[in-house]
Order: sequence, then C-alpha cells, then structure tokens
Amino acid sequence: MALLSKKDANLIIDPLADNNPITIQVLGICSALAITAELKASVVMAISVLFVLGIGNVVISLMRNIIPSKIRIIVQLIVVATLVIIVDQILKAFAYELSKTLSVFVGLIITNCIIMGRFEAFALGNGPWKSFLDGIGNSLGYGVILIIVGFFRELLGSGTLFGFPVLGNPIAKTGLYATGYENNGFMIIPPAALIVVGIIIWVQRSRNKALIEDN
Amino acid sequence: MAINTEKNSYTIIFAAAMVAVVGTILAFLASSLSEKIKENERLEKQQNILYAMGINENEGEGSVNFIPTDAVAGEFSKYIKEQLIIEGDKITKDDQAYLIDLKKQATAAKNGETRKLPLFIGDKDGKTFYIIPMRGKGLWDAIWGFVALDEEMVVQGVYFDHAAETPGLGANIKQRYFMDDFVGESILDGTKYAGITVAKGNNDPLNEIKDDNEVDALAGATITGNGVSAMISESVNLYKDYLETIRVK
Repeated sequence: MALLSKKDANLIIDPLADNNPITIQVLGICSALAITAELKASVVMAISVLFVLGIGNVVISLMRNIIPSKIRIIVQLIVVATLVIIVDQILKAFAYELSKTLSVFVGLIITNCIIMGRFEAFALGNGPWKSFLDGIGNSLGYGVILIIVGFFRELLGSGTLFGFPVLGNPIAKTGLYATGYENNGFMIIPPAALIVVGIIIWVQRSRNKALIEDN
Repeated sequence: MAINTEKNSYTIIFAAAMVAVVGTILAFLASSLSEKIKENERLEKQQNILYAMGINENEGEGSVNFIPTDAVAGEFSKYIKEQLIIEGDKITKDDQAYLIDLKKQATAAKNGETRKLPLFIGDKDGKTFYIIPMRGKGLWDAIWGFVALDEEMVVQGVYFDHAAETPGLGANIKQRYFMDDFVGESILDGTKYAGITVAKGNNDPLNEIKDDNEVDALAGATITGNGVSAMISESVNLYKDYLETIRVK
C-alpha cells in the first residue's frame, strides 16, 4: 500500500506544477519579487513558509467548524500572526543567530497571500490531514519557484550562488568576466523577478496547453 | 448539537475568547522568555562593539564572525577600557553605558531633555579606539551600528545592523564586503564632521580612494544606503564636541 492515497498525493504534487501557487494561482507574488535577489534568502523564505503553512493549515482546519464566517479572515490572520510570533520569540531565546537571519522574513510571512489564500480556499473546507498535505504541497510549489527565480537573479545579477562567486571576480576580471561578460544590475531589482516569473509562466503554459484559459 | 456560528452573539463571544486565548499564550511566552532574550541582546551588543574595533573571528574575506557568545563578556571587559556617558558638558564613567537605549535618548532629546550619549574607549595592542553607537532609518525600519575611530578620525571598523531591510538588497549593509569598505575612510572633510557617504557614482568600486568621504553603494538599495550615510553623519555630529577634544590636529 502506498504511503499516501492517490488523491492525497495529488494534494502535494498538483501545486508543484499544474496548480502552482505563484504561476497559476498568482498568490505570493509580492514576496517572490521582494526577496529573490539572492538564493539564500529564497531558500530561507521557502522553508519558513513551509513551516507556517503546514501548521497553520492544520490549526485552521481543526477550527473550521467553530469559526464564525463573518470574522474568518481576521481569525486566519490572528492564527498565522500568533504562530509566527511564537516561533520568532522561541528562536530569539534559544537560537539567537538564526532568529537574526529570519527576523526580516517575519513580516513577509504574516502578510504572504499564499498563507491566507490556502486557509481560505482549502483549510476551511477540509480535514486536518488533507489540509496539512495541501499546506506542504503549496509551500513546496511556492518554494520551487522562489528558488528558480533566486537562482537566475543571483547568478545573472551578482555572478554568485549562495554568495559564492561562480563566474569569477567581476572587479579583477577573472573567469567569465575576462571575456567581457558583465553582471546585469537589472536582475538585482524587483522588476527582474517579475520578468523571470513571467518566463516561467510562459514556459509552463506552452508545455501544458490545458493551462491556457479561453477568452 | 451543531452550533449556530452565524449568530452575532456567537461571533462576539468567539472573538473575545480568541483574543483572550491568544493574548494569554503570547503574554506567557513573552514574559517567560524575556530574560533570555534580553541576555542574548546584551551579549550581541558586546559582540557588535568588539566587532567594530576589530575584535572578531573573521578569516580572510567572507562572512561576519563574532567572538563566541560564551567568551564575549570576558573579551569585552578586557578590551573596552572605559565606557563614558556624555550628557551635555558632563562626562561620566559608567560600565553599563553600553546598555543605554539610543532610541529612548533620541525621544528624550526631542522632549527637550539632554541626551545621554554613550561612548566606548577600546584598547587593542596599545592602540586606542573610540567607538560611537549609531542609530538611523533604513527603508522599512530602524538601522543601527557602531563605528570605531582613532584619534585622527579615521574609521578603524564599523558594524551595521537592521531590523527589516530587504533580504538580498538593503539587508546587505551587514555584509563584510560593504562594511569593510569603510575602514580607512575619514569622517572629517577638512575640519567639518562630514561622515561618510554611501555613493552610487563615485567610480571607485574597489574603494581605493580613502580621502573622498565616500564608499561604493549597494546596487538596488538606494534608500538603505542613504539611511546609512545620514546615520553616520548625524551620529558623529552628536559627538562632535567630544571628538574635538581628543582629535590629533
């Protein structure tokens, strides 16, 4: 017997490609633009969202029958903000160095529309286990795009990956720079992320025609 | 029995209960962890001050490496010879001066009170360092740091940190390649305390020109860079009178 039923497995696999939160659902764009100038920041953000969305979806799902629909958005916001603050405080007390790295992401996680979007679209109507899988799947789908965008932006914009120079030294003109290659400063600023995301969407839709909407 | 979650009374009770539960959890967490967090912040301040005067575990180029937290208290008392509080014309010694909250002092100054300015005097291999704490505004939130000067007002080291600058852009003010550029720059322009400008068009990416009061800016982080420039010039000007007394002319 498989670990997950086919339906459950799809909850994880679908958001990775054909129902990707960034490229198909168009959620979480703001953070995808803001923090993908470096690969490291992309990875940290992807892991943080994985954690918050996985647990948040379960919490919301457990509460789904008692949340008054009129104030559900506020309740969702409180749940995610509380989770993030608890993690932030615990890290500050026991893993201070790590908390310094993550502190700038706290605000970005709370306001990430993927989290609110999945609470609203999935966790409010499904059981905890399914919601957990949905949370993991969507944050992985989000993370994959973040990492792809971060990879290209850091490589083309700074000539480094995870901060390590991979194309040579741009100032001393070694490696690829000796041939006249230059870093593209445009890749560092947020509009470049929009273009990279656009290219990903283009590639994805031209490979899978079913994703193209008829007008 | 199913609860009618649509009733107004239920909504109000639910909201009140939720606030009470969340409030209790967070208050409990904050009060039980606050001591540990404060201690971490205290050690971090010591690490930052020592870092600015060059007491750190940096190897070659690359990442920022502080003195480990378990050793920092000892190193701090070993290298920081004096901690001063400058209050107008009055200068007092206080070995807790590094705990002064610059934000509170800035607010006090706004309300017409005299600002308490902490200053740390370090000594490493017979060389004296005057370390000034700084605080300013970045793009999203506060930025702060320390700058270590010698008697000629030449920067010996800096440390910058920030609350919420954009990762990959403004957040890079705390990277070695940015902070190291400040070393050797003078905060004086003639006799004026000009500070150091984070400049975009200074045509000096290797930062070889040390007498221009400029360092090369970070691409994509204009506002944070301007914030750093403003922070340095504002902070050194607060200490101008004291610095004039120690400056080698």
